[in-house]
Amino acid sequence: MTPRQLKNAPLRLALHALMLLLAFVFLFPFLFMLSASLKSNQDIFSDLQSLRALLPVGTLTLQNYAEVFGLGNVGRFFLNSVFITIATVGIGLAVNSMAAFALSRLEWRGRAPVLTILVVLLIIPFDAITVPLLFIVASLPGLEMTELGISPTRSWLDTLYVQIIPFIANTFSIFLFYQFFREIPKDFDEAAYVDGATPFQVFRHVIVPSSMPVFATVGILQGLAAWNQYLWPVITVPGDAARPLMIGMQQFFGRTTEWGQVMAYATVITLPVLVAFVIFQRWFVRSVAGSGIKG
Amino acid sequence: MSRTIARSQHGGRLALLFGGPALLGIAVFLVLPFLLALGLTLTDQRLVSPEPGEFVGLRNYERLLSVSYLVQEPESKVRGELRPTAPVYSRARAVIRANPAYAGYRPLADFRLGESRVTVLAKDPAFLRALFNTFTFAVLVVPLQCLVALGLALLVNTGLKGQTAYRAIYFSPVVMSMVVVSVVWVFLFDRDLGLFNKLLSVASLGAFQPIDWLGNSSTAMPAIVIMSAWQGAGFQMLIFLAGLQGIAQELYDAARIDGANAWQRFRHITLPGLKQTIAFVLVVTTIGALGLFTQVDVMTQGGPNEATSTVMFRAIQRGVREEDVAYGSTISVVYFALIVMLVLVQRWTSRRLEGRPQ
Repeated sequence: MTPRQLKNAPLRLALHALMLLLAFVFLFPFLFMLSASLKSNQDIFSDLQSLRALLPVGTLTLQNYAEVFGLGNVGRFFLNSVFITIATVGIGLAVNSMAAFALSRLEWRGRAPVLTILVVLLIIPFDAITVPLLFIVASLPGLEMTELGISPTRSWLDTLYVQIIPFIANTFSIFLFYQFFREIPKDFDEAAYVDGATPFQVFRHVIVPSSMPVFATVGILQGLAAWNQYLWPVITVPGDAARPLMIGMQQFFGRTTEWGQVMAYATVITLPVLVAFVIFQRWFVRSVAGSGIKG
Repeated sequence: MSRTIARSQHGGRLALLFGGPALLGIAVFLVLPFLLALGLTLTDQRLVSPEPGEFVGLRNYERLLSVSYLVQEPESKVRGELRPTAPVYSRARAVIRANPAYAGYRPLADFRLGESRVTVLAKDPAFLRALFNTFTFAVLVVPLQCLVALGLALLVNTGLKGQTAYRAIYFSPVVMSMVVVSVVWVFLFDRDLGLFNKLLSVASLGAFQPIDWLGNSSTAMPAIVIMSAWQGAGFQMLIFLAGLQGIAQELYDAARIDGANAWQRFRHITLPGLKQTIAFVLVVTTIGALGLFTQVDVMTQGGPNEATSTVMFRAIQRGVREEDVAYGSTISVVYFALIVMLVLVQRWTSRRLEGRPQ
């Protein structure tokens, strides 16, 4: 189980083979998705007889992508998802880190009970409050943009912000920030205060620059959750103006028999995440490992 | 003194400035719906209704959880029949309808007990079936996923070359959308064209008969289990990996000097060293499993014959699609109670494990 033990060459070879085999097991659905998205329906079916199904070989075409984007609204769904994700992460990072700053760095009455309450609230999974939360947003007065300008509406349903605002404040994010901030030596801010800094300056110039790892962690976790969100938009966004990609995909899947187009749609959704994952792989891994080890 | 800014006198106002937005969000979008859920369960509130719901006491819980049973003796043998035949029972539905004590009940399942037939009745058989399915899913997926994850973690912790890449590959399905994964696997599970059947057929040299995985009530849930374990195992792998790296190398060195083989080292150093991690992973995985929704909604819509309907699926079905918010909230509260029980069990075991260090 340790590096030193593996002097045994056959064993090492066997382990390498096993790892390679497992890599195939974890990758083949993606290989299939990507390959099928580049083939005509006919080729997909004939290739299914062999391993060709998993390889982008034969007559390759971007026709499926053209068809999918030709549906007209995929571009909008894509932008909706991008906007929802960026807004949730951007505002979420600011709001949650500031709350953690208040909890770890400022002295105020009620700090201890608030902290306790937040830890207790960690136990409530979003699934458990979905139905009542829907009931709330369905009757919250909101705003909508029309050709005549901004006008009031009677509910938050079918908007972009119903997919953003409820997910900005996040107990788990606050908790991750709090744990990290607590480890930053207090001498740093004391020194800044002596130099006449305001608490906001201390936050901005002392705490934030020393906390990039936790910002990355929280950003990745909240960003993934926002991008991949399904349960919430499926019940709050019936129309197509504010629809995110996941729901677009699910509905398209329900209507078509064109495998190639469905796979092209799936690839469009997956590619941004995949690219981000490949670039920030180390951060993703660290975020998830870090999120798992709490308490 | 500038230092005191962060202290006493302005502390409250400052804290409000910094923490206010997040605390407001949590109050409105977490605490309020949670409390509202508890309140709604006592009413008959509809999702879209001009009138506010009325107080109905515990009626929703009663409807959700009521279980009864009906025992029937076989009817006397049909006259003149010589051959012994299978015992005949009168229809359970007819008996229920005739007896006012069973008002509101519907049959859930039946089984034989000696000569007689026992029919389990429930006021909401669909929910209990969903609860049963959810437990079935958890019981299957949790051990499978955790064992695979532990295996993967051990495999990528041997110090061999290329392990960072392999780790990323095994982890990659976790960052993918469950909707995408579900859709792709619907094709893989296809009866005639799916790679899954093809693979099994090749592996068995053609002996394997193709299965309509998702269209068959006995294989639909196992199919979802396999896919879910595949999608999620990378997550638990990383947590196990962190646990493995927390075990002191000296323990292994000492064991090797004492002549312990690989299995003995695993059994007596690795496993005990991972106790806390294992307990944590089991609970986290189980909580995730109990919330099963997306896969079912995309792949099977709870079918066939409600074989993949789950607690969350029922909550959304009743609370949103059938607009019975009060009843949907009741299901959510029962779901939440399950989670709390699990977490309490985890806290308790974790404290016991700490109390008796290895």
